[in-house]
Amino acid sequence: MAQYQNLFTQVQVSAPVQTGVPLPPGHEERLIKPFMWHLMGRIGNAQIGSLYLGPLGLVSIILGTLSINIIGFNMLAQVNWSPVQFIRQLFWLALEPPPPAYGLHLPPMNQGGWWLLAGGLLTASMLLWWLRTYRRARALGLGTHVAWAFAAAIWLFLVLGFFRPVLMGSWSEAVPFGIFPHLDWTAAFSLRYGNLFYNPFHALSIAFLYGSTLIFAMHAATILAVSRFGGEREIEQIVDRGTATERAALFWRWTMGFNATMESLHRWGWWFAVLCPLVGGIGILLTGTVVDNWYLWSVKHGVAPAYPAAVPLIIDPATLGVKP
Amino acid sequence: MAMLSFERKYRVRGGTLVGGDLFDFWLGPFYVGFFGVATAFFTFIGVGLILWGAAKGGTWNLWQINIAPPDLKYGLKMAPLLQGGLWQLITVCAIGAFVSWALREVEICRKLGMGYHVPAAFGMAIFAYVTLVVIRPVLLGAWGHGFPYGIYSHLDWVSNVGYQYLHFHYNPAHMLAITFFFTTTLALSLHGALILSSTNPAKGEVVKSVDHEDTFFRDLVGYSVGILGIHRVGLFLSMAAVFFSAVCIVISGPFWTRGWPEWWGWWLALPIWK
Repeated sequence: MAQYQNLFTQVQVSAPVQTGVPLPPGHEERLIKPFMWHLMGRIGNAQIGSLYLGPLGLVSIILGTLSINIIGFNMLAQVNWSPVQFIRQLFWLALEPPPPAYGLHLPPMNQGGWWLLAGGLLTASMLLWWLRTYRRARALGLGTHVAWAFAAAIWLFLVLGFFRPVLMGSWSEAVPFGIFPHLDWTAAFSLRYGNLFYNPFHALSIAFLYGSTLIFAMHAATILAVSRFGGEREIEQIVDRGTATERAALFWRWTMGFNATMESLHRWGWWFAVLCPLVGGIGILLTGTVVDNWYLWSVKHGVAPAYPAAVPLIIDPATLGVKP
Repeated sequence: MAMLSFERKYRVRGGTLVGGDLFDFWLGPFYVGFFGVATAFFTFIGVGLILWGAAKGGTWNLWQINIAPPDLKYGLKMAPLLQGGLWQLITVCAIGAFVSWALREVEICRKLGMGYHVPAAFGMAIFAYVTLVVIRPVLLGAWGHGFPYGIYSHLDWVSNVGYQYLHFHYNPAHMLAITFFFTTTLALSLHGALILSSTNPAKGEVVKSVDHEDTFFRDLVGYSVGILGIHRVGLFLSMAAVFFSAVCIVISGPFWTRGWPEWWGWWLALPIWK
């Protein structure tokens, strides 16, 4: 009964390190002399390195490190420069965006200015890293699918920290840096706008998140299950179908009456993963700008039931001309 | 017949767990087997009961149809059909259908000479479902702690149960589960993109090789887990996401009854900070 399920590599072949596909002229030398790490080899490739840095990578890492350091030192300042308290309170500490009074103006550094600077540097770092994913792919003659998938994640990041605050007219709308503080922001955001579960784009985003997990579980399990036939050599299986692909396809055809191909499966995966932050970003961007209360929106459109009022009707002071 | 060009030679007898050759046949593209019959049985009864409950529920609005679990006063006993009894029967049918489906996958694996990774992964999803509607309600002493079957009603349940613990994002297992869900999606996008970018290369280029795949990620981040490794990583990440989802809800109530933000007090109170 007990069979080899190929969950770990049991015997590792020792071979010379891979130096990588040669880069076109005009490139720098790759960094890190490749070496083997046995433990990594139990699960995946044993080889660590090499790495192509280049100017884009270098500047991106410098700006990103700067941003993380600004966040960290702000937190350290909040605990009176005590390293012990920094570690103790790390999950509670935050670098908060400016208070609402500053709108979209430049605030003093200790009133959210550091937040703005850290966010700006992080954004610059990410955009440079995006260019890097694009250029690394092109240098090897590959398609740019990784870059465009990364762009979907950057879109959500920019919606949360830039596009929506700008549309709302205040940096204070943005997410704070910090572990628990960003969770607090999420809960408060949901409550303020009538429960985000009633936001259909949020629902779609979660469906794509769970769908991605389902697809990856199905795909990864299928490939491991046919790895005894060489199923993990996916590119070869795409251009020259072998028995691994045939069995993988028939498994799903016999199970649920439908199968993807070795190539189309990766399109399913790419789209599910990309649509998760893409529609999520749309849902966030509409919240507070176009829709003020997703529950009432859902009742209005007949998707959610109107629950009986548990408390007497309270008049919203905002409707009486009172400014917050 | 719905058969792929290469399919006939794979349609061999044998590999069944139960029933010998009796149900060893295909219906269109579907393999049947004993567990196919069992799945169909539970599905028809379960869906029938859902339709009955919907008919008695007062709305055919797809978003608002709701089959609620019994009131807490029924504890772990059977409830009258229209007071949660339907929910109990539907739960039995759902578990029956899911488990039959997993065992049918095992039979198909055996027929095709494949490993058992897919039914094992599906088993994790079944475990999470059973945790929600059986293990946790039993630990809390009432079927009423299960979640209602309905699109918006189950969202309300998630919201309400979350706020019972003040702020569910502070649940450490929930944090892990979400982290695994996000990481799975990230890994899937990278894997899908890498395969597509190799087989759909830049204009005028030939299809790329495994060497290009490894080189791309080594150039980018200094490590490539490899064509076999990525599928091990993907299976682990996705199953861990579901596992910690089950953990995060089963510890809420049976093992921790206060607000989750409070739980973190142990960290702040550690003696090492002195």
